[in-house]
Formats: sequence, structure tokens, C-alpha cells
Amino acid sequence: MAITGKVIRYGDNVDTDVIIPARYLNSSDPKELAAHCMEDLDKTFVDRVRPGDIMVGGQNFGCGSSREHAPIAIKASGIACVVAKSFARIFYRNAINTGLPIVEFDGEIDEGDQLEIDFEKGLLKNLSKGSEGNFPPFPEFLQKIIAAGGLFKAMEEPL
Amino acid sequence: MQMTQSQKILAAHAGKKSVAAGDLIMAGLDLVLGNDITAPVAINEYRKHGAGCVFDCQKIALVMDHFTPNKDIKAAEQTKQVRDFAREKGIEHYYDTGEVGVEHCLLPEKGLVVAGDLVIGADSHTCTYGALGAFSTGVGSTDMAVGMAHGKAWFKVPKAMQFRLHGKLRKWVSGKDVILHIIGKTGVDGALYKSMEYCGEGVANLSMDDRLCICNMAIEAGAKNGIFPVDEQTLEYIAAHSKRKPQVYEADPDAEYESVTDINLDEVPCTVAFPHLPSNTRTFDDMPEVRIDQVVIGSCTNGRLSDLQVAAEILKGRKVHKDVRTLIIPGTQKIYLDALKLGLLEIFVNAGCAVSTPTCGPCLGGHMGILAAGERALATTNRNFVGRMGHPSSEVYLGSPAVAAATALNGIITEPAGL
Ligand code: SF4
Repeated sequence: MAITGKVIRYGDNVDTDVIIPARYLNSSDPKELAAHCMEDLDKTFVDRVRPGDIMVGGQNFGCGSSREHAPIAIKASGIACVVAKSFARIFYRNAINTGLPIVEFDGEIDEGDQLEIDFEKGLLKNLSKGSEGNFPPFPEFLQKIIAAGGLFKAMEEPL
Repeated sequence: MQMTQSQKILAAHAGKKSVAAGDLIMAGLDLVLGNDITAPVAINEYRKHGAGCVFDCQKIALVMDHFTPNKDIKAAEQTKQVRDFAREKGIEHYYDTGEVGVEHCLLPEKGLVVAGDLVIGADSHTCTYGALGAFSTGVGSTDMAVGMAHGKAWFKVPKAMQFRLHGKLRKWVSGKDVILHIIGKTGVDGALYKSMEYCGEGVANLSMDDRLCICNMAIEAGAKNGIFPVDEQTLEYIAAHSKRKPQVYEADPDAEYESVTDINLDEVPCTVAFPHLPSNTRTFDDMPEVRIDQVVIGSCTNGRLSDLQVAAEILKGRKVHKDVRTLIIPGTQKIYLDALKLGLLEIFVNAGCAVSTPTCGPCLGGHMGILAAGERALATTNRNFVGRMGHPSSEVYLGSPAVAAATALNGIITEPAGL
């Protein structure tokens, strides 16, 4: 499966408190969460994000709390994939468990660039810059979870 | 195969003789934790998959601590959803207003975690219980849901960083200063995916409250878990709080560590983390004058009895600065009651502090002490991200209970030794 989308770019250490501030966690409705996604870091995000856009971060994306509301909010806002140099570990788990595609990739990407990402080949093309690079695919164990349609389903068959 | 303390606990729970860093394993759980924010998401997932009985109604803890006493109608609906689920499934350890405490203060006190346990919690500070010699780590709500249904979770076996502690902390220096000092050096992702394992003769000089505080903030260095060796003090604590039998796992003498750091506790200074990262630390050699509007003493990091005792020692017979709103939040009902009996609450009220029922409240910007635009708080909590305690332009400075109390008196960030 390959996707193409336009980049919305942030820096290092994007934490779950800016992805979805705690004051909105009295709801777990994806639409309501999406309406406040990134609000404390970037007030314009909610208005400018288009379905299929790709969010790009630096090191340690998704650090902070364990709230699964963070990947849920990003996914419900229309983001098709998050690309970052590294992910905080609970966010990484939560993204896999909730079906938000994530890619660990360290390369030059700017705001507004057009990316093409092929998950099976582990290939990321920056169409705007004419560059490309590889990223490691998920280990087989996690691929099984994704293929089964999430952790709950996967647990029904022995891993 | 030589293993670290964390790896040994994981191997035992996966039914394996040994594991190595990087292995992906499925392991059996001793406890699954959730709170009023994360449990509703887990329960939705649980019901969506039509899961019936929980794996063990004694091994699930549901703690309604974040937005309670219910701050609004939505929060009330969320706790109701969890309460109904707990009743339906016969979950024994459900804690609501009147009984509740901040989860990571409450669970050790209730004896729900002992040495050798494998614990997951849908709360990132679940790593706190490493202080008891357990492997415990934060996960998301889907992991929690699967944990409740099957009593299992998947783990990638972590590498470890070793911290050797020597000597003894000076007066007014606490576990909070130790962990801020470490995070200031490692950075917020310096321990990403790894265990932080403590050892050395200095461990014996740290109280259980200090150890709980140090493990609590392992996540602020990006770590998967923090863990202390089990010594006499640990075993005494467990015997006093739990009927369960602890299981002691020790790191092999030649276990592999990615790094080894020596820390002389005598040299650790009072440390404060400036906005907006816990790693942005400063000491009082190099402290600008920072005016503070609010001081918060509480949370799963520093809401324990010894934290309140230190604050009371400083505040006794004095008045907090007229421009500082000072909030004291005991971590559990037992801590509240002990503080009452010891006369600490009277000291706080006489000093002009507001004393609250146990809640996470302001720590996550939920309620009970939210900051306006541009306001600054010095808090004994663990995170100072943008907007963490209120308005996105407000600021949070992290420090120990002693620094917090001294700051409340002066209205600017103050070193307790200088009072
Ligand atoms: S006190 Fe703060 S950090 Fe601890 S569990 Fe509550 S919200 Fe989380």
C-alpha cells in the first residue's frame, strides 16, 4: 500500500499535551478530540489539515502521557500517516494498536512537501525535493497485529 | 545469558529461562491499571470486541483520580461508565471519590503491587512501582483492554542504563532533585525504550518515598521503566502494606548495560526544571529571579506523607507570600488523615494554603487550580509541557516539596537552605 500526501511539519518532542490538551479528555469521541488537535502548538492546524495530509515530526514524537486520545485525535483529523525521526514508546504502541500508520524516517522534509510512502517496500519519496530513502518495516510480530486488524483481534489467535 | 533485573522479571512472566534485549515476548500480568481518562477508552474497546469476563477480577485496578470529584457533566459520565463496568465485572479494586487517591500513591499503599510483579497501566507514570522492585510500565487503552480480557501484554525486552548511587543526600535535597538532575543530563529521550536500573550503596540511604519519586519520572527521560533493587527497606514496606509474597529478582553481576553512570548523592543540588521540558534544569548557582503566581504541592510524584512533612517544616509558623496561591494536595485519603493527625494540615491552613482532597487536579490542567495566560507555577508535579496546567502561555517550573514551600513564602523561586 502506498499513499501520497502533503506535509504539515513540526519539530522535536511534540508531546501528547499539545497533540490533545488534557482539558478535552473528558470526552473520548474522536470527532470532538480532532476538533482540538494540536491546538496549543498550532492554532491553524484544525483549519488547514486536509484528509490524506502527512504529519512530520522530529525526535521523540508523542512523548508524555499514555493517552490513546492522541493518536485517535490525529487520525480523526484526517492525517494519513505520521513520519518522525523517533517516537516515544507509548505513542508507538498506541499508534499500532489503534491503526494510525507511523514511519520512522530521518531525512530532509519541509512544510508543504509532497511525500509518497510505500509501507510494504519501506520507501519514502519526497516528490517535491526529488529525493528518496528507506525506512525499516515493522517487525513480523507487529505486522501480525496490524494484519489481524488490531491487538484485540490478534489476541484471539496465538501470536 | 546474563540478564538485568527488568529482563529477569520479564523472562519469568513469559515462562522463559532467559530473554535478550530486543526480543518480542508475550507475558502474563499481575496487575492492570486504568484511570477515569484512559479506562473509558479501554472499556469501549473491550465492549466493541464483545469480551465477556475479565481475566481476574482481583488483578485490575480502576482509579478515578484525574477529574474527580467530577469536575463537570462529561467527567461524571466517564466515571459512571467505569463504575458500571467495575460493578458488572465484579472488579474489586475500584476506587472512587471518598476512597480514591492519586493512582501511583494509592496502589503501593493498598499493597496491590509487590516486588517481582509485572504491571501495566494505562497511565504513563505506572513506572512508579519500580521502586518496589516490580517491572511496571505505562501503556495505552487498547493494551489495557487486552490486558483486562486476557491478562497478557506484549513487550519488547529493553536494554538498560545503570545508575550507581553513592553517599547520602544533603538536607533539603530529595529524590525529586536526583531525578531532575538525571533528566537534565540524559534529556527527555536519553533513555528512550530502555530500563533505568539503580544500584549501589547509596540506595539504602533513599527512603521509599524518594525511590517512588525517582521511578515515577523515568518516563520523563523516555524510559520504559525504572527499577530499584529490593532491600530490607523494600521488604519492610511491602510487609506493612500487602498480604502478598514478594519475589526478589536481582540483576546478574555481569548483565550488560548500555551505559553506567555514577551519582554521588552528596553532590546532588536542589534542582528546578524550567518550561517547557523536564530536562531544562537549573540549579541555584544560576537561578534568575522568577516570580511565581501559584505553588502546587502534590501529585503522584510528590504527594506522599514525607513530602508534606518537608513542606510543613518550612511553612510552620510562617505565611505564604500574598501573591502566591498555594495548593496542597495529599496523594491519598490515608496520607490526608496522617497529615491531619500530625498537625500538618493545620500548619498549611495557618500559612494561608488551600488543602484539597486527593486528586490529580491541576497537575494535568484538569481542574482545582488552573493558570491564566502568562501565569507561572512552581509545582512538585512531573511535567511542564506547554499548557500543562492551564493557558498555553502559562508556565510550569518543576521542583521538590522543599523548593515549592520556600518559593511559596518568597513569591520567587527560592532555595530552601537560604531561608
Ligand atoms: S498526578 Fe499528574 S502525572 Fe500523576 S497520574 Fe495524576 S495527572 Fe498523571
